[in-house]
Order: sequence, then structure tokens, then C-alpha cells
Amino acid sequence: MALGVGCTARPGRAKDNKTGSWRVFKPKFDSEKCSKCGMCITICPEGCIREEDELPVPDYDYCKGCGLCAEECPSGAVEMQKEEK
Amino acid sequence: MMEIMEGSHAVAHAVKQCRPQVIAAYPITPQTHIVEALADMVADCHLDAEYVTVESEFSALSACLGASAAGSRVYSATTSQGLALMFEVCYNVAGMRLPIVMTIVNRSLGAPLSIWNDQQDSISLRDSGWLQYYAQDNQEATDLHYIAYKVAEDHDILLPAFVCLDGFILSHTYEPVEMLTQEQVDSFLPAFSPYQRLDADDPISFGMYATPEYYMEFRYEIDRAMQRSKKAFSAAGKEFADLFGRDYSAPVEGYRLDDADTALVAMGSICGTAKDAIDEMRSSGRKVGLLNVRTFRPFPGPEIAKALSGVSRVAVLDKNISLGAKGAMGIEVKDALYGSGIPVLDYIIALGGRDVRKKDIAAVVDMAEKNQGDLFYGLRKEVL
Repeated sequence: MALGVGCTARPGRAKDNKTGSWRVFKPKFDSEKCSKCGMCITICPEGCIREEDELPVPDYDYCKGCGLCAEECPSGAVEMQKEEK
Repeated sequence: MMEIMEGSHAVAHAVKQCRPQVIAAYPITPQTHIVEALADMVADCHLDAEYVTVESEFSALSACLGASAAGSRVYSATTSQGLALMFEVCYNVAGMRLPIVMTIVNRSLGAPLSIWNDQQDSISLRDSGWLQYYAQDNQEATDLHYIAYKVAEDHDILLPAFVCLDGFILSHTYEPVEMLTQEQVDSFLPAFSPYQRLDADDPISFGMYATPEYYMEFRYEIDRAMQRSKKAFSAAGKEFADLFGRDYSAPVEGYRLDDADTALVAMGSICGTAKDAIDEMRSSGRKVGLLNVRTFRPFPGPEIAKALSGVSRVAVLDKNISLGAKGAMGIEVKDALYGSGIPVLDYIIALGGRDVRKKDIAAVVDMAEKNQGDLFYGLRKEVL
């Protein structure tokens, strides 16, 4: 991506803002336990969990590993695991 | 047309001719006469601009930043503590590549409180990404504004610029100044065409957050633009000379340097005094010359090294002090001459408006010839 002059950005540029190498934990989703309530999709501050076949699918390119999805999940279907470097 | 004018009024007149669309400034001695004159011009309908009255310098430059991002040609002026209050915004303006031109009427920084001239204020902003041009006299202070706008707004540069003139010594002094006509200015300085601007139909954000993956490259880009501005300054200066006969194309200007043993290096109005002192010393057979540095940023290191290659010693007159080190210009001239073997002696002089006369310049040359340097010149031992 070429830099814009003067650190400017147009709509949609947030998709360039991928997570760096600094993430410590990442969520693991267990589809067996998932009750399909959509809470994790709603709560994700990065908006990087989307629904596929009624199940939540995280995009790890953007996930910052904050753990809110695991905290909010009423079914205990999300577990934070140490990132393997 | 030649007129006898106060420096501030000549500058205000030049700014008016550059047709700024937004002016936001806060009055502060010794810059007040410039913004007073511009406010009068706007109030009397001689200048079609939005004059934004603000409650502080921080707001003044913030208003300028917004107006420039929205696509206007913008002007401000300040000095000393006012510039200190703009510090944060200065870095943002340069980082967002907004070509604002601001006059700095050089004044010392407190404490102790002083309204008198030295160059500590603009020198303290030397790392901010603003171009810095220093005027020797009111004619140059006036003309540099036209050139500063031209260079700053070049789409290949897009950097803000300081035009610096010495407070009181130039700003409040009446000198003959040859003013251009509006038609002449229009023929040299085209209407402002923003490279990019805030537009509801084509949304864009300025000054975005940059992660460690991007920040350094942005800073590199600003530095490249700084380096490119050398050529743009020379080209604009050359064009100005072709049109109006006054040549400012050189970033450094030598005076009687050809066979000089001792070269003085200085910026601003002190050069006028130094030239007179050099003429007197030359008539008594002493080989002294002067190098006036017109553009402190970008720093003309190679040009200085070339101009001073034949001298035996260099005496830098610094109207500033980087406390705990030396004068800023002394440090950088030394860097430019590194490896040449030419000794560079630094003299902190004229801080807080202390007068510099021809005898002081002669005394500095005497000291340099005895290899005494890197000192505060003219300290009053009786008050220490």
C-alpha cells in the first residue's frame, strides 16, 4: 500500500489496519457448544466476527485478542488460547 | 514602488497581496503590528479574507490547520511564547502536509520574561518539519513571503513555512521597501490549488493514526519533501529574480568570502551589522568574510561546506542557545564541515535583545583569530 500524503485516509482504509505480531491470546470457537445467540458478533469491538452457516467465524487478521467474545459467551463456547508464535 | 515603511506593515502588505483566504492569529509583541494591519485590511474590505479572532495561539494555529485542510490559503503570525503555545499544532500541520505560511517575528523565550529579539523561538521548532527562512532586512522579509507560499504550496513539497524576521530590529524599523503591485504578485504566485481537502462529497480524514508498521515511513516522506524543497526554493528565487530583479535563490549567501581567513556565519539582521564591520576590517587589511544562512530548514549543509572550503576558521554567531550544548547553528555548521579540518567556533550573542554593534563583531573576529570560542559573548561579569 502506498502511503497517502499527510497521513490521510478515505473510508474503508480501516481494513489496512491488520493486527500486528503483538497479539498474546486468540479466541477458539467451539461450534458444538455454540447456541447461535450472536452475542460475540455484537460485542466484538473490531467487528471481525462474522456469521457463516449460522455459526460465528472470527477473522484473525483483525482480531486483537481482547477476550470480550469469550467473556460474553453465555454457553462457554469461546476459549482464549495463548497465541503460538 | 519604493516606500518608507515599517517592517511589520511591509510584511502585512505582502501577505495581503498573496490573497490569503483565512487568517487566524493572536496578537503578541513584537508581531502585533502585522496582524493589526491585516485585521484593518479585512475590516475595511481591502482584503477578502476570513479573519478569525481567537483566544490563544493554540487556537489560532488550530483554526489555520482546519482552514488549510478545507482547502484555503492560510496565514498566521506569532512569536516567542505564542509559538511555544503552538508547539503541538506545529508538528501536526507539518505531518498533515498543510502548506501554511506563518511569520515569526523573532523574540526571546521566557523566563526571564523578555520581549526583545533573539532567535530562540523559531530555532526551538527546527525539528517540527516547517521550512525556515530568515530575512536580513525588511525588503527580504517582505519578498520571502511570496517565495514561501510558492514553495510551500508546490504539490511536490506541501510543507508549512516560517518566514522569520528579527523582532523590533526589523519589525518596528522604518526602511525603504520596494513593494510589488498586485498584478506583479499575481503573475508570480498562482491561486492556491489544494492537493487534497476536506470534502463532504469525497470524504477524507487528515492526521490518521499510524501503527509502528507505518509511522517511520511517514516521517521519512516529510524529510524527503524537505530535501526536495531546496530545489523548489532556488527555482522560485530564480523566477522572482527574473521578474523583479531581487535574487533570493541561494540558500546561503557569501559576502567578501573569496580570500577570507575568518568567516562569520549568521542569520537575520545581524548580517547587516556584520557586513559593515567586515568592510571596516577589510579596509585595514584584515581578511574577514560573512556567510548569511537564509534557509535554516532545510539546512544547507553541503552549500555551507562548499562556501567555507577555503577559510582558515569559522565563527558562528548564534542568537540562540541549546542549553546544555551550544548554539544550534554552531552545532550544525560543525556537522557540515566535519572532516574538513576547519575549526568552527561558536559564539552565543545578543540573547534577549542585547545590542550588537560593529565593535562587537570585530571583537568576535579577534577572539576567533586567537582560537577562543564556544562561549557566551559579552557577559557582564559584574552582575554574575
